[in-house]
Amino acid sequence: MQIPVEGFMYPNEVELQWSVLIVLYPFITGLVAGAFILASLERVFHVDAVKPTYRLALLTALAFLLVAPLPLQLHLGHPERSFEMYLTPHRSSAMAMFGFVYLWYLMAVLLLEIWLDYRRDMVLKSQTTTGVTRFIYRVLTLGSSNISERSLHIDERLGYFITVIGIPSAFLLHGYVGFIFGSVKANPWWSSPLMPIVFIFSAMVSGIATVMLLYMLTTWLRGKEIDILCLDKIAQYLFYVFVIDFSLEMLDLLHRIYEADESFRSLDFMVHSRLWVSQVFIQILLGTVTPIIMLGLTQIFNLSEIVRKRIYTLAGCLTVIGIFAMRWNVVIGGQLFSKSFLGYTTYKMGFATREGLLTAIALMLLPFPILWVLVKLFPPWPDAGSVTASGTNRAQGIS
Amino acid sequence: MDITRRRLLLLLPAAAVAWKYVQAGTPEAAPNYKLTEHWWGMLIDIPKCIGCGSCVRACAEENDVPEGYYRTWIERYHVADWKIERPDVESPNGGKQGFPPNEIGGKNFFVPKLCNHCADSPCTQVCPVGATFVTPDGVVLVDKSYCLGCRYCVQACPYGCRFINPKTDTAEKCTLCYHRITKGLTTACCEVCPTGARQLADLKNPKDPIHEFMRTHAVQVLKPHMATGAKVFYNGMDGSVR
Amino acid sequence: MFKDVEHLIRLAVLMAIALIAFVTLRALVVPHSFGEYGHYRGDAIAEIAGRPAAFAGHDICEACHADVLEQKKQGKHVVVPCEACHGAQAKHADDPASVKPAKLDTAVICARCHEANSAKPKDFPQVDTADHSGGLACGTCHQPHRPKIETAAVTNSATEGPK
Repeated sequence: MQIPVEGFMYPNEVELQWSVLIVLYPFITGLVAGAFILASLERVFHVDAVKPTYRLALLTALAFLLVAPLPLQLHLGHPERSFEMYLTPHRSSAMAMFGFVYLWYLMAVLLLEIWLDYRRDMVLKSQTTTGVTRFIYRVLTLGSSNISERSLHIDERLGYFITVIGIPSAFLLHGYVGFIFGSVKANPWWSSPLMPIVFIFSAMVSGIATVMLLYMLTTWLRGKEIDILCLDKIAQYLFYVFVIDFSLEMLDLLHRIYEADESFRSLDFMVHSRLWVSQVFIQILLGTVTPIIMLGLTQIFNLSEIVRKRIYTLAGCLTVIGIFAMRWNVVIGGQLFSKSFLGYTTYKMGFATREGLLTAIALMLLPFPILWVLVKLFPPWPDAGSVTASGTNRAQGIS
Repeated sequence: MDITRRRLLLLLPAAAVAWKYVQAGTPEAAPNYKLTEHWWGMLIDIPKCIGCGSCVRACAEENDVPEGYYRTWIERYHVADWKIERPDVESPNGGKQGFPPNEIGGKNFFVPKLCNHCADSPCTQVCPVGATFVTPDGVVLVDKSYCLGCRYCVQACPYGCRFINPKTDTAEKCTLCYHRITKGLTTACCEVCPTGARQLADLKNPKDPIHEFMRTHAVQVLKPHMATGAKVFYNGMDGSVR
Repeated sequence: MFKDVEHLIRLAVLMAIALIAFVTLRALVVPHSFGEYGHYRGDAIAEIAGRPAAFAGHDICEACHADVLEQKKQGKHVVVPCEACHGAQAKHADDPASVKPAKLDTAVICARCHEANSAKPKDFPQVDTADHSGGLACGTCHQPHRPKIETAAVTNSATEGPK
């Protein structure tokens, strides 16, 4: 397969190393971190308005986190050796340390928090359901059926503590992915101390937008009335985080343009030619500026509920597309130019290959059936009628 | 080298014994090699390079390098007067079949490139499992039975000298012909270079000609601002070389 | 009190078991030579060094072909290693009787070094081969081991004299 090269590339650079699957990976882990931060807003910062989305955000985070390693496994030359990262991790490698950050986040934060929050429901369901589902619930309760007030109170306190740890853990999760790129001194498109920060904030943006969209979609599918105050609050947080994210990205851009170092001319040309559509048009204009303006309008003007919902839907979709484009521009963009700064190559994405478009689409869709299963096993709806330790309907968002 | 009959009589048995070691393959058969006594590098004399491509071909043959990938390659530079930051560079098939003739004016020269066997190797730093490493004698190697093929090292190398071998799906690059230098031979590329533009250097050997050479010539490494501790030294390298 | 944290204790026990299983697995699976010299499999060094060589090195060639060396010493090609033109000959050196080097085509190999190119050093002998020989193979006039054309004494050895 002849890859068209413009100018000069080192001979081994012509073929891209990291494919669209490696674009998917930070996108998916970003959604996880963002969804979790939204959930923690309620738990730790007592933003009561977003309570209705608390459990949905956690389950969304879990569904995506379970899918996250798959693009990596499919990309590896030897996936059967991937366990080596846990057996002999090279401590100086951000990628190796990330394996443990991922494991920590999955086991000690997300799964534990979900388990503690749902434990009462799981115990009740293990006593009321039959067949396979009964068995599943029984296993999940670890054989303990104690749901006394005291035990649930302990759960609640422990869950709170875990959420508090979970916030920096979520930052660490996605900040680390940013650091995996940001620490590569050989690549001036990636190498930047801002990279982990930009990744974290764009992750929060994509995660919040995804939970918002899922909340709207599932409410509509279930034929229920949406909690508009909750939605407004989520959109408000989305707006704030988006402004910070956009500022950071613009800061990076301005800094590059102003300092105009050795790499600048080459990168500038790349953005103007190969990345014009994906970066300037899709990521910046369509995926960032437009949603910010739209959300800004809802913050400034008193718009009707219907108009707000339409804006949230459109802005949310554009946001998610824009953040995906950002990951694309970072990963693929970072490999399109030569480290000699004298040339450019082209990304030839396969279609039905192991790292092709079809695989990418399948992996992007996979979290949804997983989420569906999770939602069936652990209904996150505020009106599911579950009662927590303190006697209030914590999940319902009613104080 | 002056071969008299007497010297030949002395050399032949030594050559035969050395050859036995080479063919035996294992370093245990070359018991005199101590890892800590060597610190390998290479000297490349740019004014001597004629871009014949012998080194690229020899390396490919010695190391079974797959077609389309290069453990070493040659770049031809054309620098128009003051445009030191914008040279015209080309490397047709890595320079494997030499370079097509051309008649351009201005400053033109060849630059052979290979893994720089960095003492502070960024590729080693990022390997998640320890599949690539710097040996105690200063050669950066890849353990292909341990490599995951994650490609992080390929991204981290500032010089573009690494690639993924499509047959093994693992990272690969110049090994400084480790299997040769540990048995007293020189690298394949240095062996075949007709002008002596490439010379293997053992920086720990006080008798190695590189010491005198570096004292008397202006020598550089590629991308010094990356502080990789590169051990491939270039004599007569123009500022336009990327 | 104990009853109320029973589920947490069970969880802790589960995690402890997982940790022990991990440590055991690690002890069993990690290669023994790992960490011998650094964070890598120490055996890899010997494995990589153990690869057989394909190029013999000019010392080995000269050990048998001293006559060619004598001829080379009379000209500029004394500095050109044998295998630069003849290719990898370790197999031939190992079994000279049965493995014979391929015959070289001077029409192809000489041009690689000597075809004129603006990037070659100015003092390096280079020609536009089409002009220089009018399409004839280089070996028609030049003896590769002693390339300078002289009309003086020439022997009948296979390696000496014009072809």
